[in-house]
Amino acid sequence: MSKPDELDADAIRELLRSEGDGIKENTRHFNEERYDRIEEVGADTHERYRSEARRIKQDAIERLPELVERTKAAVEDNGGTVYVADDAADARRYVRDVVNEDDAESVVKSKSMTTEEIELNESLEASGVDVWETDLGEFVVQVAEEGPSHIVGPSLHRTREDVTALFEREFDTDEPLDTAEKLTTFARDYLGERIEAADVGITGANFVLADSGSIALVTNEGNARKCASVPDTHVAVAGLEKIIPSVGDLHPFAELISRAATGQHIPQYLSILTPPVDTPPVDFDAPEDPSFGGSDADRDFHLVLVDNGRREMRADDDLRETLYCIRCGACANSCANFQSVGGHAFGGETYTGGIATGWEAGIEGLDTAAEFNDLCTGCSRCVNACPVKIDIPWINTVVRDRINRGKDPGFEDLLVDGLVPDDETAGTPLRKRFFGNFETAAKLGSATAPLSNAVASAAPIRSAMESLLGIDARRDLPTFERTTLRDWASDRDAAATNPRRRVALYPDVYTNHVQTSRGKAAIRVLEALGCEVVVPDVGGSGRAPLSQGMIETAERKAASVGETLGRYADRGYDVVVVEPSDLAMFDREYERLVEEDVHRTLSDNSFELFEYVYGLLENGADESVLTAGDGDGVAYHSHCQQRTLDLEPYTEAVLDRLGYDVLTSDVECCGMAGSFGYKTEFYELSMDVGETLAEQFADAADERAVVASGTSCLEQLDSLLAPVPRHPVELVDPEA
Amino acid sequence: MSSVAEFQQSLSRSDTESTVTTPETFASTLADIVDRPAIGVALPFESVDLDDAPVTLNPTPAQLREAKTGVTAARLGVASLGTVAIQSRAAGDELVSLHPETHVVVVRERDLRPDLEAAFDWLDDRFDDGEQSFVLATGASATGDMGALVEGVHGPEDVHVLVLADDE
Repeated sequence: MSKPDELDADAIRELLRSEGDGIKENTRHFNEERYDRIEEVGADTHERYRSEARRIKQDAIERLPELVERTKAAVEDNGGTVYVADDAADARRYVRDVVNEDDAESVVKSKSMTTEEIELNESLEASGVDVWETDLGEFVVQVAEEGPSHIVGPSLHRTREDVTALFEREFDTDEPLDTAEKLTTFARDYLGERIEAADVGITGANFVLADSGSIALVTNEGNARKCASVPDTHVAVAGLEKIIPSVGDLHPFAELISRAATGQHIPQYLSILTPPVDTPPVDFDAPEDPSFGGSDADRDFHLVLVDNGRREMRADDDLRETLYCIRCGACANSCANFQSVGGHAFGGETYTGGIATGWEAGIEGLDTAAEFNDLCTGCSRCVNACPVKIDIPWINTVVRDRINRGKDPGFEDLLVDGLVPDDETAGTPLRKRFFGNFETAAKLGSATAPLSNAVASAAPIRSAMESLLGIDARRDLPTFERTTLRDWASDRDAAATNPRRRVALYPDVYTNHVQTSRGKAAIRVLEALGCEVVVPDVGGSGRAPLSQGMIETAERKAASVGETLGRYADRGYDVVVVEPSDLAMFDREYERLVEEDVHRTLSDNSFELFEYVYGLLENGADESVLTAGDGDGVAYHSHCQQRTLDLEPYTEAVLDRLGYDVLTSDVECCGMAGSFGYKTEFYELSMDVGETLAEQFADAADERAVVASGTSCLEQLDSLLAPVPRHPVELVDPEA
Repeated sequence: MSSVAEFQQSLSRSDTESTVTTPETFASTLADIVDRPAIGVALPFESVDLDDAPVTLNPTPAQLREAKTGVTAARLGVASLGTVAIQSRAAGDELVSLHPETHVVVVRERDLRPDLEAAFDWLDDRFDDGEQSFVLATGASATGDMGALVEGVHGPEDVHVLVLADDE
């Protein structure tokens, strides 16, 4: 199917059913191959290319006007033409004119997302020209009359069986096309005839080299090579952002693009062409004439550089990074939600996956971005996957904030003023404000527990929550503890005299109000290892409002936390964090939310709990005070944001050291992702994502203790597996 | 490991056959490999040529369509990847290397470079010399779009690299 009109629960359910199998298999394959190839080339080398590539893109976008002029001069000097198109209509008109002036009857194309963006095919077909997509994946979606579901693999949502059924129906073939080989042979022969007959070849350009007026094309099938060489007219359509200075600058991208996209060290074909090329065109109308038909036609080359919103994106401090994108699809492949539901849900008019929010917001506008932006949970798994280090979650957050602000204020705002003491403009949807202000609900919940829990669980209340707030009644709600962690800790006598280290344990909202047991275990563990532990009086990190796109509220909270914890850091306390998503705030997101020195202080002095325990043990703390494993099995699910910060190995190392036998999951995300799994329309998607994790642990769960670092992950595992999962610190708790 | 050995190892990883030959054995080695009908492009090398080889130069479109083998030179080989650089020359290297089922590509040992970084240094020099159109080709043409990896799509299904050993 194609993109649904509205992404409600029914549409998601239908996409999970019809496209989930194909998209899961294909994206996970690309994702695994990417990890493997990066390991082969070496993490440090890969990182060096990423830094270099980002630097080149950053510089090129900065100098874009100058590079456009240099590109023009070089292409024209070579004998080609450059046209800078202001918008999609302008680009369509220019290409149509070129095709019409050539009296062309048919055009062959290689895969180009930019021509999808400007809807070029429809425009050419309307003027009576036959247009054939020669990339096999693009050909499949052309035949199926649907949009691409993935930046790199347009038909990634289709299984082989789907394509067989489609081709046998559309082409009425005599022979069955029941293998990938037969399908490929059929498509090659069919398209081969079209390439021979074509008057014009249209390609995209993965890169444009300003100094020489060259284009670089990345393909595996060889179709772009044919489109650019057989017909005597070649039109290359590329976004303005594709320009880099010179061929030397192409090297890091040549290293990165296919590793990131499909897990290949290099594509089958990297064409670096400086048109008009010397390769003679082939005149298949003169089949018996030597020298490829002996055409004496001069080659005609047109480079169409498309603006269509890009210059405005360049001027936008938050969207600008989108222009560094090299369209590899790694953000889609590494995204747990995308792996389940694909680009017909997680995508806009043209672009798909995490970075699509930036592209669609810039090119089509906020309304289009709003259709799928909520599918980004901010899990951050795309952050390390992106070959040019674009902060994709931040772009999604900024766009969400803009979407919130664009909503008309309504009845809801009058209702909730006071209950949601945030800094957001009227119009921010009620549910976002509820989740964004969860801290307020938690305080109230603890203060009135157990009554609050009983009331919240009551059927009529759940029903009202579902209809008013869109909180799915199938989810268990958190149970608030009457005694918060802070209250409990303040009643304790300090256990350590002459402490080894002084620790300020950050009481995140969940650890303080809901999962207090993991906080208590953390305090006992740290004290047993010789630390003085205090639990500061400090509020939420801002993670909750940030995840709802409520940036101003997040900034206010971040400033307050930064000030309080900064004082502890200044007094020599180490900040230890139980909840990985809050540690990730201090480390990553605070860079954008608080003053630079506040961020640096917090980032330098805060530690994930097991990272800290590992450090204590490495520095001589006595591990025998902790509860050892004696070979006990543990099934451990790390947290997405923890893994992005490369902090997963510490938990594994400590458990291993204490004699536990650790099995670690390797899914990108549990699917719960804070509030995401509570939302009615996303409940089934969330469970579908979680199912992969559950499958990994299904056999192990009977004989292993299931543990997870994140609050959301624990809730998700609790709903998927029979044994109640715990935080790993509860295993090693001296009182365990 | 010599660069030839590394190059051959990389080629075998991408399912590409390779044979090391010398100027003396080149003609017979090529004749053994070529599946006919075959087309070719004059090699830009001094020590070997295609004059007596069973290949048609300057083919017609019909010959381009029917050829089972296309023989071209590569200007460069990348040892770490098994990549070859085909230049887009007026003699039609791009077409001959692309249309037939099998591409036989001749690369001189002296033109091997260790890795892609060195290959780009070489490309940078070529660009300065005004040679500015190349295809870096690695293995056969391939697609995964039909539900499984299939080799031989719009380009060759098989690639055979002839490495021309340097004189001692």
